[in-house]
Amino acid sequence: MYAFEIEKPSTIADAVLALSGEDTQALGGGQTLIPTLKQRLAAPEVLVSLSGVSEMVGICRNDAGEMCIGGATTHAAVAAGAGAFPALAALASHIGDPAVRNRGTIGGSLANNDPSACYPAAALGAGATIKTNTRDIAADDYFEGMFSTALDEGEIVTEVRFPVPEVANYQKFVQPASRFALVGVFVAKFADGVRIAVTGASEEGVFRWTEAEAALSADFSAEALSDLTVPADGMIADLHGSPAYRAHLVKVMTGRAVGAAT
Amino acid sequence: MPKDSGIGASTKRREDIRFLTGVGNYTDDINVFGQTHVHFLRADVAHATINSIDIAAAEAMPGVVKIFTGADFEPVGGIPCGWQITDRHGEPMQEPKHPIIAHGKIRHVGEIVAAVVAESLTQARDAAEAIELGLTELPAVVNMKDALKGGATKVHDELTSNLCYDWGFVEENKDATDAAIKGAAHVTTLELVNNRLVANPMEPRVALGEYSRADDMHTLHTTSQNPHVIRLLMGAFVLGIPEHKLRVVAPDVGGGFGTKIFHYAEEAFCTFAAKAVNRPVKWTSTRSEAFMSDAHGRDHVTKIELALDADNNFVALRTDTHANMGAYLSTFASSVPTWLHGTLMAGNYKTPNIYVNVKAVFTNTVPVDAYRGAGRPEATFQIERVIDKAARELGVDPIALRRQNFVTEFPYATPVAVEYDTGDYEATMAKLEEMADFGGFAARRAASEKAGKWRGLGVNCYIEACGIAPSNLVGQLGARAGLYDAATVRVNATGSISVMVGAHSHGQGHETSFPQVISEMIGIPEDQIDIVHGDTSKIPFGMGTYGSRSLAVCGSAMVRAAEKVINKAKKIAAHLLEASDADIELKDGQFSVAGTDKSVAWGDVTLAAYVPHNYPLEDIEPGLEETAFYDPANFTYPAGAYACEVEVDPETGKVTIERFAAADDFGNVINPMIVSGQVHGGIAQGVGQALLENCAYDEDGQLVSASYMDYAMPRADDLPFYQVDHSCQTPCTHNPLGVKGCGEAGAIGSPPSVVNAVIDALQSGGKDVAHIDMPLTPSRVWGAMQG
Repeated sequence: MYAFEIEKPSTIADAVLALSGEDTQALGGGQTLIPTLKQRLAAPEVLVSLSGVSEMVGICRNDAGEMCIGGATTHAAVAAGAGAFPALAALASHIGDPAVRNRGTIGGSLANNDPSACYPAAALGAGATIKTNTRDIAADDYFEGMFSTALDEGEIVTEVRFPVPEVANYQKFVQPASRFALVGVFVAKFADGVRIAVTGASEEGVFRWTEAEAALSADFSAEALSDLTVPADGMIADLHGSPAYRAHLVKVMTGRAVGAAT
Repeated sequence: MPKDSGIGASTKRREDIRFLTGVGNYTDDINVFGQTHVHFLRADVAHATINSIDIAAAEAMPGVVKIFTGADFEPVGGIPCGWQITDRHGEPMQEPKHPIIAHGKIRHVGEIVAAVVAESLTQARDAAEAIELGLTELPAVVNMKDALKGGATKVHDELTSNLCYDWGFVEENKDATDAAIKGAAHVTTLELVNNRLVANPMEPRVALGEYSRADDMHTLHTTSQNPHVIRLLMGAFVLGIPEHKLRVVAPDVGGGFGTKIFHYAEEAFCTFAAKAVNRPVKWTSTRSEAFMSDAHGRDHVTKIELALDADNNFVALRTDTHANMGAYLSTFASSVPTWLHGTLMAGNYKTPNIYVNVKAVFTNTVPVDAYRGAGRPEATFQIERVIDKAARELGVDPIALRRQNFVTEFPYATPVAVEYDTGDYEATMAKLEEMADFGGFAARRAASEKAGKWRGLGVNCYIEACGIAPSNLVGQLGARAGLYDAATVRVNATGSISVMVGAHSHGQGHETSFPQVISEMIGIPEDQIDIVHGDTSKIPFGMGTYGSRSLAVCGSAMVRAAEKVINKAKKIAAHLLEASDADIELKDGQFSVAGTDKSVAWGDVTLAAYVPHNYPLEDIEPGLEETAFYDPANFTYPAGAYACEVEVDPETGKVTIERFAAADDFGNVINPMIVSGQVHGGIAQGVGQALLENCAYDEDGQLVSASYMDYAMPRADDLPFYQVDHSCQTPCTHNPLGVKGCGEAGAIGSPPSVVNAVIDALQSGGKDVAHIDMPLTPSRVWGAMQG
C-alpha cells in the first residue's frame, strides 16, 4: 500500500466536494479497493470514505412501491432488511463471506461493476434506477462492460431504486476458488413481462438474455426455455470454465431461477 | 474403558490453549532491537537473461540500508539438494546451481532478482520499485514432454538438456515385466496427471536473521519443520558457518505439509545479510509470494499399464512418469518421484513384476518438492485408478478384484525393493465395508436418481512407507544425510521432566502425545512432562518432522532415552531401599522391591539424584538425564481402505461428497483423538487435490492460479462428515512402540476413491467416461460428459 490521505465526509455534498480534488478515489466498503491498494495496483492521493454519509444508508419503500437502498448500505443490511424483495435479500446474503457482507456496500459494488459480481445482475434484472448525486440512470443505460459504468469522474451512487417484481430469484453457480459467480442469473417477473440478467459469464459484463425474457414472458416455466440456446461467443474463458460451459450454465441457472422464483 | 491418560488416551491437545487464545509465539511475532526489513524484488517473467541491474536510484531512497543482487552471493554456495539420484545408465543426476539471488538469468516467475534491506518494509518496497532491470526475455519451458524434445530451450545452459535424470526401477525387472505384459490375458492402460499443488500452510514463511559481533554467533528464526536440517544445509553448504556458530530456531509453526522442510533462499539471505549490515534482517512472506516461492507439490504425468492373467491375478505393472522438478532442485525434490514413489508401486498387492521409469524434468516453474504424502499419493493414485479401470473393463467387482490380489503373508518382499513387515489388508477392507454400508448403496443411489442426481461409490486401498528411514539404506540410495532422530530426557530434581526432541511439532500435537508415552512408562501425570523442540541450542539433534516419522523415529529415541533414565533411577532406588537393582520394579511412579512392601517414590529418587547425600557416588554419577539416538531398522507401512460416495449434478457437472469412510491400520495408537484429527486433515487435502486445487501455468510460464481468487482451497462446506476408524492394528514389528505413522495417510488414501466414485456416478448416468484428470471441477466433469 502506498501512503494516502483519507477524508470522511458526513454529507453527500461534502463527499462530492472532497472528490472534486486532484487524484481522489471514493471508498465504499473497500472490499475490492483495499486489496487493490495493498497490492500497490492503485495509488490515489486521497481516499474519500463514504461510510460516514448517513443519508446514504438505509432501506425504505417509496410512493411508487420501489425498494430504495442507500448507496452506502452494506450487503448484510440488505440481507436483513430487504425482506419485501426476497430474491434481493437472498442475493445479498450470499455475497462473499460475513466480513465482506458487513463492510461491502451496494453502491461500491455497482460502481465497480465487477463482471462476476452479484448486484449488477439484480440491478439489471429488476430494472433498477441508479441514483447519483447528479442524476438518475436506468440500469439498462448504466452497465457499460467489465468494470465500466456510465458514472462520470467523481459521481457517487447515492441510492438504488428497485421495482419489486411479482416473483424473482437469483441463482449463482459459484467459481470454486473465489466463490464469485461463475454464472449468476437473476430472473424477475413483473406484470408487464420478465427480465433476465446474467453475471459472471460474458466478457462484456452483466447482460440481459432477451430471447429468454420473451419466452418466459409468454410462459413463465423452465420448459419455455427448452428450445433456446445461448451462444458461446463472447463468453469468458478461464481456468474455471470454457465459453461453452458458461453458455450452458446460463440456460441451466435461468431454468432453476424460474423454478425457484418466489 | 477408554483410558484417561497415558498411551491410548484421547488427551486434549495442551498446545491448543495457547494457539486458540492468541498467545502462540510464531516467527513473525518475534521482533528484535535494531531490526531491518527486507523486500525481495521477484521476477515477473519465467525465463530471461539479466543484462543489467541498476540499483543506484534505489540506493538513494529514504531508509535504504543496503541492496543485494546476485553478484553479492557469488562467493557463497548454492542451495544444495539432499539426495543424489543415479540414473538407469549409472550416471548421477544433472544438478544445476541453485542461487540465493538470480545471477545472469531468471528461471521462474517469483525468483529473487534483488533484495532491498531498509528501515521499514514500506521503504524497502518503495526502493525496490526504483530498481531498473535490463532483461532479454527467453522462451519459457513449461510442458515437460516439450522440454525433452531435441532443440528445446534449456532452463540451464550449462546442462546437456532439461532432463535431470532417467531413472529405472528396478532395472533388472524390466525385461520380465515387459514379457509378462506382452503375454498377459488382459492389459489395462491409463494415462493420467497428478496435478500440481500449492501447500498453503496457514502461516506463510518467515525468516529473521541476527548476528552477534561479540561472539561471532549467527541466529536464524525460521518457519521450519526441521531446524537442525536447516542448520546443516545452510551452515555447511551455503554460507560456510560452523554448527557451533549457528543457532536455528523454529518456534510455533502454523502448518508445514512438507513445504517447510526445505532450505530456502530467504533463510540464507536473512542470515547472510544480518552479518553484512550488522543489523537483524526480517522477512515475512506475503500470500502472493508464497504462491510463487514455496515449493509446489506433485506434478506428475504418467502412463500406467496393469496386466492380468485369465483369472484376474495381477501379473505385471509398468509405469512411465514425467516428474516436474521446476527450475531448480529443491532440498528433497529428486527423492520424491523415485525412492518415495517407485518403492510403493506394489501397493497392497502381490504383483510379481513391476517396473517404474521416471524422467525428472527441469522447467521454468517454481521448484517442486515433497507435499503431504510425497510420492506415495502419486503411486497410490495410479495403482488404485488403474485397478478400478481394469475392474470396469473386465466387468468384475472392484473390491473383489483388490481382495483377490492382496498381499496376505508377512513379511512380504515386494519386487520394488522394500519389505512390508506386517499388515492385514483384509481387516481394513472388512472394517470399511461395515463403516461405509456398501449394502445400503443401491437404495441411496436410487434416492439420488429420484432427485435428479447420479450417485457413485469409489473405493481404494493404500499403503505408505513412513518412519523414514534406515540411514545405511538411504545412504546407499543417494541420501546425503542420515535419517535417525534423537531425544534427551531431562529429569529435574523434583521429578518433573523436560524431553528435548528432534521432531518438530507444527500441528501434529507432539506436546500432548509424547508426554503420554513418558507418563505411561514412569507412571507420573502427563502434566509433569514437557516437550521442548524447535531450537538447535536446546535439543541434542534432530532430523525433524516429515514423512509421518515423528513418533516412529523420534518417539523411539525418546523411549530409548527414557529406558536409560529408568535403569539409572532403579539403581538409585535400589541404593535407597538397600536392595539389588535387579529386584526393583517401577509402577505408577513408585519404585518397589519385588515381593516386599518396601517402596520409594519417583520424586524421592529424582531428588536423591540431584542432592546426592545418600547416593552410590562410587557407582553412578549424580543427575538424571539421558540421550538416545534412534536409527530405524525399516520403514513402517501404514495401510488402509477408503470409500467415497459422491453425487454428480448431471446438468452442471458439480460433484458433492455425500459420504466418506476411512479404515486405517496405523499399528498402535498413542492418542486416538489426535490420530483422527490427522486423518481428517489429510482427507481434506486429498479431497482438495481431487476436486478443487490446481496450480496452473500458462505457456509463457506465468502462474495463472497465483491467489485464492483462482486457487481453490477446500472449505468446511466442501467436506462431508467423515467416518474414520483405526481399530485395525497390526503393530510395527521393529520399533519399541509398535507405531507406524498417521500424518499423511488421509492425503494419500483419499484422491483415488473420490475419482473412482465420480467415474462410477457418470457410468451410472450412461456416460462412458473412463477417466478425468484432477481436479474434478464442475467444468471438467461437464466437459467429460459431453464426450
